[in-house]
Amino acid sequence: MRGRKLKNTFSTAILGFALLVTALFLITFLVHMFYKGSMVLNWEFLTSVPRNSMTEGGIWPALVGTFLLTVLAVGCALPLGIMTAIWLTHYGKPAWLISILRVAINSLAGTPSIIFGLFGMAVFVNMIGMDVSALAGGLTLAILALPVIINNTEEAIRTVPHEFTEASLALGATTRQTITRVVLPTALPNILTGAILSIGRVAGETAPIMFTAATFYSRKLPSSLTDEVMALPYHIYALMTEGTHPEKQVPIAYGTALVLLLMVLLVSATAIYLRYLFRRKKQW
Amino acid sequence: MKALKERLFQFVTYLASLFTIICMLAIIYGIFREGLPLFRVVNLKQFIFTNNWYPTHAEPAFGALALIAGSLAVTLGALLIAVPLGLGSAIFISEIANSKLREVIKPIIELLAGIPSVVYGLFGMAFLAPLVRQWFNLDTGLNVFSASIILGVMIVPIISSLSEDALSSVPTNIREASMALGATRSETIFKAVVPAARNGILCSVLLGFGRAVGETMVVLMVAGGAANIPTSIFDPTRPITSTIAAEMGETVVGDLHYQSLFALAILLFLITLATNLIAELVFSNRRHS
Amino acid sequence: MVKPQLQTRKLNLWFGKNHVLHDVDLSVHSQKVTAMIGPSGCGKSTLLRCFNRMNDLIPETRITGDVLLGDEDIYKNGSDVSRIRAAVGMVFQKPNPFPKSIFNNVAYGLQIQGKIRRSELEERVEQSLKAAWLWEEVKDRLNQSAMSLSGGQQQRLCIARALANRPKVLLLDEPTSALDPQSTAKVEELCMELKKSVTILIVTHNVAQAGRISDYTAFMYLGDLVEFDKTDKMFTVPADKRTEAYLTGVFG
Repeated sequence: MRGRKLKNTFSTAILGFALLVTALFLITFLVHMFYKGSMVLNWEFLTSVPRNSMTEGGIWPALVGTFLLTVLAVGCALPLGIMTAIWLTHYGKPAWLISILRVAINSLAGTPSIIFGLFGMAVFVNMIGMDVSALAGGLTLAILALPVIINNTEEAIRTVPHEFTEASLALGATTRQTITRVVLPTALPNILTGAILSIGRVAGETAPIMFTAATFYSRKLPSSLTDEVMALPYHIYALMTEGTHPEKQVPIAYGTALVLLLMVLLVSATAIYLRYLFRRKKQW
Repeated sequence: MKALKERLFQFVTYLASLFTIICMLAIIYGIFREGLPLFRVVNLKQFIFTNNWYPTHAEPAFGALALIAGSLAVTLGALLIAVPLGLGSAIFISEIANSKLREVIKPIIELLAGIPSVVYGLFGMAFLAPLVRQWFNLDTGLNVFSASIILGVMIVPIISSLSEDALSSVPTNIREASMALGATRSETIFKAVVPAARNGILCSVLLGFGRAVGETMVVLMVAGGAANIPTSIFDPTRPITSTIAAEMGETVVGDLHYQSLFALAILLFLITLATNLIAELVFSNRRHS
Repeated sequence: MVKPQLQTRKLNLWFGKNHVLHDVDLSVHSQKVTAMIGPSGCGKSTLLRCFNRMNDLIPETRITGDVLLGDEDIYKNGSDVSRIRAAVGMVFQKPNPFPKSIFNNVAYGLQIQGKIRRSELEERVEQSLKAAWLWEEVKDRLNQSAMSLSGGQQQRLCIARALANRPKVLLLDEPTSALDPQSTAKVEELCMELKKSVTILIVTHNVAQAGRISDYTAFMYLGDLVEFDKTDKMFTVPADKRTEAYLTGVFG
């Protein structure tokens, strides 16, 4: 019996150890990124343009570029995704079409991001002729975000209690009215949380924009959607692999990474906190 | 008028759904259209089984064995790290931690999942790789070893959260029955609960595999650049994803090299598709058992 | 003879292969309270839901026979289901107010029918809340969430919400089974008051309740309408042996 008790303690320790190792890595990682990144991070870094072939100056154009791409991507994917989720939950017919849609959603969700990039390049940039532009990149990212938003919205809709739908229909509301006046408003907090998370996801993606939107050398800000843009994730990659002056550029890469990291963490934390708030406030 | 509004609304949602399906078909169409032509010139067997990746030579060769081996090497390495860490954490969270601890840990793991891959790549390239080079006295720290570590940590959240889901949906009466028979907690966990959740756990590993094999930035920045079959974990390698990303800029639209990269994309797509299908099969099986 | 407010003629209903209602002929009289009683699974709730076509929501439902609201066959091809449902109010077993304000709950049925002047809306909401005996308790907090009300208040809110549409018929599906005795008594009294303006059809598993508040009672058993008569008469001299058995608690 003592042997078994020992085993028990040992196993518990090992499991806790696994968690600890993971936590340690996370801490090392964050501490390192914050330390290295904060060495260059200041207001000027955020608001000025790069100078001297990317060895000095700031990342303002990359911030603008990332913002542009994200707004475009989520702006396209959100309405499409919500509408698709509504069809799935309220109008879906016939059954085989629903199955095909589900296969499509799951496949899109599992497709590696580099393939989105290739697709965007082949179709948006070359075939349709958009050239490397914010538009091409934004649309590529939109397709990447689409399955995330659909799945999240569908789940949000399914958590709305059926009683509300019943009550609405019994009062003479149509399906459309029930969706717009009862189901969506009730599901809205969860839909919003998902949208916020997808913003974080889109902002951090590199592979989809490598050949569709991003450029390394651009000192002017994009004046329209048809311009190429700098973007935070691509900037990090390019600095590390195309840069010719590593001593100056690696720190900038760290700074950019810290900005990106903070952005994504802030977005995720906001979403998680909102979800927690809503769950507590939930009156049903 | 009212009926028209109804019809219109329904139709719009229908269109959106069709559009989603079209996106999927378009992606498949896109990569197959650009990639299949390669196989008029290159033998499929040659493509997969020969180690001869010289796309830019005067007489180009497209044997992708080294690239496939590279992908498998870093992915398996990543799983070696991620499965113990992820599963161990999941078991701890689900079976041992109290609910307060759980409420703190789960969001943290979720945050980990949101870190952009390029930031992981930077960490691997600028911090881990030099360390590895120093510790093991190597020529370069950009190799299978370093990439596996970073990739592994990156997929821990996937394995952890899916396994934790699977574990917590094991009905409590299984645990109770085991304890009532006199089993210790760890015996209950490893002999009763984990086996009951094995389908969900397997599913999480498969999805982790899919994620790792499809990852680009980390391997692009940390795995080194040599298109050779890795013979030791300290060899640099070039998985499929980083090949595509690194060489796409050097190609001319429509030429053989360009097509070969799309052919690699087809291969990658099929691998992840198969992985996801198997995962789904495993997942639906679990409900019936 | 006065025309019945609600009527079914040879009504049969199937859920898939399940033949759930058999040849039901029921006449519900105007401005009276009719109770439907019977053991679990007898089909009383299903029959109730035929009158506002809520059974349409269940997949694989099939109906033969007629269901009439006044003169109108509500299952006729091409009928506007939402209009029918607005004309027939329903209150559910578990109170289900929307997660909206008290005001917006009651106003919902009117708002979905199109533009209505704010002043008229406020008037109708007040009328409905008064008719449901809830006005005094909520008149100062119409903008508060409906979820802040107690169970009994929520159910009266649901009644008010249904009444706002000025329906001719009010269907009540075991409306007090989730309520405490005090709230139950209040709702029962309310029914007796409301019948002066609205025809009431109430499903209840509580035989005593049926005896207290209804003018007519329908007894259902395994999908058949076994007996239908004035409550006083049925409860003292039931015509069918099964009715007698149920009323005396042999089964239930």
